Order: sequence, then structure tokens, then C-alpha cells
Amino acid sequence: MKYVTEFRDGGVAQGLARAIAAEVRPDRRYNFMEFCGGHTHAISRYGVPDLLPPNVRMIHGPGCPVCVLPIGRIDLAIRLALDNGVILCTYADTLRVPASDGLSLMRAKARGGDIRMVYAVTDALKIARDHPEREVVFFAIGFETTTPPTAVAIKLARDQGLGNFSVLCCHVLTPSAIMNILESPEVRDLGVVPLDGFIGPAHVSTVIGSRPYAFFAEEYRKPVVIAGFEPLDVMQAILMLVRQVNDGRAVVENEFTRAVTEQGNEKAQDLVSEVFELRRSFEWRGLGEVPYSALRIREGFAAFDAERRYGLAYKPVPDNKACDCGAILRGVKGPTDCKLFGTVCTPENPMGSCMVSSEGACAAHYTYGRYKDASVLEAGA
Amino acid sequence: MPGHVKKGYARPLDLKQGRVDMSHGGGGRAMVQLITDLFAKYLGNEYLAQGNDGTCLPAGAGRLVVSTDSHVVSPLFFPGGDIGCLSVHGTVNDVAVMGARPLYLTAGFILEEGFPLADLARICESMARAASDAGVKLVAGDTKVVEQGKGDGLFITTTGIGFLPEGLSLSGDQALPGDAVLVSGTLGDHGMAIMSKRENLSFDAPILSDTAALNGLTEAMLASVAAIRVMRDPTRGGLAATLNEIAHQSGVGIHLEESAIPVRPEVEAACELLGLDPLNIANEGKLIAICAAEDAQRLLATMRAHPLGAQAAVIGQVVADPNAFVQMRTQFGGRRMVDWLSGEQLPRIC
Repeated sequence: MKYVTEFRDGGVAQGLARAIAAEVRPDRRYNFMEFCGGHTHAISRYGVPDLLPPNVRMIHGPGCPVCVLPIGRIDLAIRLALDNGVILCTYADTLRVPASDGLSLMRAKARGGDIRMVYAVTDALKIARDHPEREVVFFAIGFETTTPPTAVAIKLARDQGLGNFSVLCCHVLTPSAIMNILESPEVRDLGVVPLDGFIGPAHVSTVIGSRPYAFFAEEYRKPVVIAGFEPLDVMQAILMLVRQVNDGRAVVENEFTRAVTEQGNEKAQDLVSEVFELRRSFEWRGLGEVPYSALRIREGFAAFDAERRYGLAYKPVPDNKACDCGAILRGVKGPTDCKLFGTVCTPENPMGSCMVSSEGACAAHYTYGRYKDASVLEAGA
Repeated sequence: MPGHVKKGYARPLDLKQGRVDMSHGGGGRAMVQLITDLFAKYLGNEYLAQGNDGTCLPAGAGRLVVSTDSHVVSPLFFPGGDIGCLSVHGTVNDVAVMGARPLYLTAGFILEEGFPLADLARICESMARAASDAGVKLVAGDTKVVEQGKGDGLFITTTGIGFLPEGLSLSGDQALPGDAVLVSGTLGDHGMAIMSKRENLSFDAPILSDTAALNGLTEAMLASVAAIRVMRDPTRGGLAATLNEIAHQSGVGIHLEESAIPVRPEVEAACELLGLDPLNIANEGKLIAICAAEDAQRLLATMRAHPLGAQAAVIGQVVADPNAFVQMRTQFGGRRMVDWLSGEQLPRIC
């Protein structure tokens, strides 16, 4: 597979592993957060930690779009399908996120809700065109990467007069989440989460560019390296972060120059700002209410806004008390610190959102890494 | 004077434009006509011709092996096959990987009102060809018709019967630490053929389903008298699910080498595009075998000498592990688990 396997080459990986091992100082620890679920998944799937020295630790961040969706948002989507009888279109991972009353979108589907999995928002548009007699709602989730396509869909719906199509907008913003983590007491005051730097998002940064991260580097003195989602990208980014830490530098560096520029994709940014505006506040799972951290549909496109169209009122729902997803999303805890991990909470029966998506920290560890827990147990026994 | 009663005219089945209607499942003349003019035309043999409520069959030597499988694949016709040959291969393979020689098949058809008779004929023809190639006979069948909207064209359930020679015992609980794990060829072809058809993905070389009857290959493998402990065909859930089942049944771990696992580049590319793992994708013409390490090369050579095993490979080994984990050394140089798939990634793949 040209242009993909090159970024997974075992020989190059060994070379990078040697370079990292040679550069880390034995007298200190290096704690880096990969913000994105895409990185979390790559790290687990390719076994990146096995190539890192023991004093380099990766902390999984909150950048998994499914994981940060709060229960109340899923509830809104379920009500649309069950009570309003709409065709609800959504990306696959969202189907299994646990919601109120023991429901999930998948269970709501089994109860008669017309809930359909789509690969792209254009599939939802097609469904709306094919079923003019039905109302079709696209459950739009995700960070800056998935926002421009939703904007295009809303404009297309308007231009084509698709009166039966609307969007339940749950698009969220990366920089606000990073800021929230850096401002959290665990990072800022208590030092519970020692954070020496970030691996910055890949696809998100192709849209927003590398500029938005400069503030974190300057204001919080945290190095940021924007990296692609391939495992060699991650290794290279770790090496660059180690060098910044060793040099006492804190700047934004771009490992992913094959796709990310400083300005990002200005066309996409214009599209997004034409259709969306900032929400004053949005609830994130794990982070709570985060000011100006999400988007809503502008007044001019109100007809395509499911929240306005169906008069939806958001009702926050607390997570299961024993579920540590919040702390895990903030990097305060790891998956195995949660009492529910691997016992009542498994990918088949997720209690918290981190166990749902393959990009979630818990699901990634359960699926790819839990053999390590066994060897720890055996060694300790 | 009493004359002969005239034989009523029966309009022949319209195999070009005709469609299944409710009377085809009603137990009357229309149903008899469907059976004689369509099913028997393609699938008929001396056993079906007995025409009784059940079929009397000569028993083979050894123990009886039975397996049953329902087929709901969508679309019914896909690159490399259709529901007809798939319904034969799927069941023949389940019997064959037990070490048995499959001889007989039964088939139950659930037809949806309105289903084109031309498609049904094509599917029966494909079943007949697959059965004849695999050396099995369809010995009993059933047809039901459900109203439009209550089915999805056609579902086929087949049951396979085979005979297992005395002294031979293959079972998922017999893998031992040290054993070698072999696979008969490239993984993920069937699932990705269906997905690429559904998602309208096009590649320079189209992905074809690997659907095939494996009893020829299994016979050759068993004749090589390598100490085969387990054979299984990795259908739904792919290699990952099958190896996890065996690991749990045998109470052992399995270590795989990613670089040794054969996957076609176009399948890998399609998986990449759709965010899927080839190890989770269904196969319909592949098997995995676990055998004593010292026999692995001989078994591999036998498999490679067969057209359906030309790309066979040793992909890993069985290890002692009370957790029954399946692990893999990645091409990247790290290690990870190969777990069961969670949820339903690809509905109605077979």
C-alpha cells in the first residue's frame, strides 16, 4: 500500500527508538499527552510503547469525539428517533455509547427507532432526498475535521431545498479542550498530571493549522509537536518533544508538514464560520461545561438546526458514579485505575464512553494492551 | 362412456419475467411447479427424486458430522460469488474442517414475495455447480414464502452431513503450547468484496470473494498425516475471532507475527479506507490449522501444493498462557493483542 506502509516501517521505527533512547536523560521522566484518539489508536495498535524507554510515558487525551459526547446529547438523539419519528443518521461508533434509561442508539434502534449508520454526511443527504416524506436528522459529532463536511451538507440542503433535512450539531473545538486541561487544577496546581508536552492533532490541524497551538507553548510553556496518525509520525514527534524538553524549549513544531500548514485550510475555515458560530458553553464528558468550546448553527440556517426545529432542551445527565471516564479523559487516571475497567465495563458492555470507540483510551487498552496487565499481575504474584 | 379427464393446462414458470408469489409457498400446484420446474431442474438427483417427506441415505463409514448454517448475505450477488454457492461452501467447509468428508446437504429457502424467478434460477444453478464441484448432493429441501417487506429477497439455510474416519479427531480444545499456526491464504477477501460492493469502492483490481469449498484441501492436508490438532474456517469475526475461540477452548495463548500474515494489498487498502482490521474480516474459502511444530513445514508444503492453499503461511505459534490471550508482534516492532471484534462491524456478510 503505497504512501502508507512507508510510515509503518519496522526498520525505521527501530532507528527512531534508538534515537529516542539515546536522547532521553535517565534522571528524569517524560510525560507526553497525545490529544487525539487517532494517536491513541495508532500507539496501541502498533505497540509504540514497546519501542519507548521506560521513562517516557504517553498519557491519553480527550480527543476522541465519541468519548467526549455527554449522555444528555445522546439522549436528545434518541428522543428524536423514538418520539419524533425521524430517521436519525450517525457515524457507527456513536451507536453504542451508553445513554439514559439503559439505552444507546443501538438499543433505541432495536426498539423501533429508525437509526441508520452512515459513513459520511452526504449519505444522510441522500437518505433525505430518497425519503421526502420523512424527516431526516444527521447527528453531527466530531472535532474540526468533521465540521467542514457538515457545513457543506447544510449549505447543499439549503441550495437544494431539502426541507426534511436537519443537523443535531455537537461539533466541538480542540483548542478549548487543550486549554481546559492545562487550566485544570490537577495540571496547574496539584501536579497530579505531570505534563511535559503535547502531540498535537493530525487531521484537525490540517483544517485549523498550527497557529492555534502557539498560545499553549508560550503561555503554559508546553512544547507541542503536530504529528500525523501513522506510528512513525508518533515516534518522530516523541523524539522532537524529548529534544524540546531537554533544550528547555517550548514551541510549536510541525512533524506533519506533508498535510499541515501554519494557516490551515482557509477555505474550510470560511465555510465553517459561514454556517456555524460559537456556543457560549457546551458540556463535555469528563471535562464538564467548557466555555466557548463548541459550535452551533447560525440563525441564517435555523431551518436546518434540529435543536431549533424540534425545540430540544438540553438536560445534563451525570455519569455512572463508579465510572472514571472523566478522570481518564483529563489524563488524571489510566484505564486500569478504574474499578469498572475489564469487569463490568468491556467493549461489549461499555459503561463509560472511553470504552466505546476504538479511539477511546479504555477500549484501546482493552483491545490491544491488556496482556500487559496480566504480566504485571504475574510478576507481582 | 367414461372418458379420460383432460389434463389441465399449466402455464410454465416464467423464468424471465416471473416473480415469487404467495402461492409458491402455499402447498398447492404452484409450489409443486416451482419445485419441479426450478429447484429440481438444477438441484435434482436420485435422493431428491424419492419425493417423500424425508430422504433415505446410505451411511458412510465412520462417525457422522453435522453442521448447519443460515445465509442472509446482502447483496445476494457479489464479486466472486452469490448466496447460492456461498450457502454450499459455508456448510461444506464447516464439515470439512472437522476432518470429515462432506457428502450430503439439505437446504431451506425463505423467499420474499416478489423475488424474481430469474434470480432464483441463477442462484440454484450456482448452488448446483458448487455442490457438484465439492462432490456433495442436495438431498432434502424446503421452501417458504413470506409477504413482501417481511424478508429481504432470499435467505438460505443449509445443513451439511459428512463422515469422519475412525481414529481422526480434530477439535478446538487440542492446541498445545509449541504448536504452529497456519493459514491457507490471504485474509479478509470475502468481507471486503461485500463491503466494496456495498460502498461502491472501486480499485484497479476488484476485490473478489474467496468463497470456495475447502474439502479438497482438507483431504490433502489430512492425507499428509501431519499431526493436525485443530482446523477451523475463519468466517465471521475473521482470524481474530477464530484464534480467540481456539485459545479459550484449549486454554492456551497464541503469538502471531504480523509480517507473516498474508493480506492482499487491495484488501489492506480498503480496510485502511474504512477503518477496519483485516484480521476481523470474514473469509469464506480459507482455513487455519494448528499442528505440531515439527510437522509444520510438511503441512505447509502440502497446502501450498493445492490451488486453494497456494499462499498458505505459518503465521504464529501456540504458547502457554492461562489468560488465553492472542498476541501479535506488529510489523512496526511493537506488540499488541488481537482481540475479538466488539459490536457488529459488517452486518449480513454471509
